[in-house]
Amino acid sequence: MVYVSVGLFGVIGALLRYFLGLSIHHIWHQSFPLATLLANLIGCFLLGWITAYLSHLNKLYPYLMAGIGSGLIGSFTTFSTFSVETVKLIQASNWGTAILYVLISFWGGLWAAWMGYVFLAKKQERGSNG
Amino acid sequence: MILNVALVAIGGFFGAISRFGISYWYKKHFSTSFPFATLFVNLLGAFLLGFIIGKGIDQHWQLLLGTGFMGAFTTFSTFKLENIQLFVHGKRKILGLYLGVSYTFGILLAFLGMRLGGL
Repeated sequence: MVYVSVGLFGVIGALLRYFLGLSIHHIWHQSFPLATLLANLIGCFLLGWITAYLSHLNKLYPYLMAGIGSGLIGSFTTFSTFSVETVKLIQASNWGTAILYVLISFWGGLWAAWMGYVFLAKKQERGSNG
Repeated sequence: MILNVALVAIGGFFGAISRFGISYWYKKHFSTSFPFATLFVNLLGAFLLGFIIGKGIDQHWQLLLGTGFMGAFTTFSTFKLENIQLFVHGKRKILGLYLGVSYTFGILLAFLGMRLGGL
């Protein structure tokens, strides 16, 4: 049952990433892989936030939470496309863009997950405690 | 367009289930603080996507296997969340190793896959 939930939410995540890619393709014509970066950073933030703030819902709705966390957000973000895009940039001798892409993914991903996981969770805890 | 959407959806369905299955199996059998399951799917996925791109298969197969399956099979968000959790729990050495191995070998294996696929 939990596999079906992860799979169905995975469909949503993969389609959202696909549509984000198509939309970005219309407005962004540089070699920098903006679509993947955006999907990855947004996903890091959301997964951090959901893990920290909605973890109490895990017991109530385990299938739903596995679906949203592992299925939807896990499939929305991608490591394979990131790796291949980096290699393509290097092969095109686009070293500056490749290094920039890796650095922003590396630090931006950490920062986004941190913001979701620690910063926002604490802020909301303070808010709900008065 | 509808066919493209269906191909990405089918790939995404099986990619997500495969990743979840591997990570579930791993957690059931091992209890290490090093996130081997995510590392494994990400490195395998980077290599296989490289291979698919290197092969230059047609657009429909690429949507099914690349954008759909490999895109969903590998994950960036879980990887980064695990980074933060290792940091929060003071496991700096494991964090450094995890980051170093993921980026270095992810890019190297994607390169290797593209080379082998292009042969």
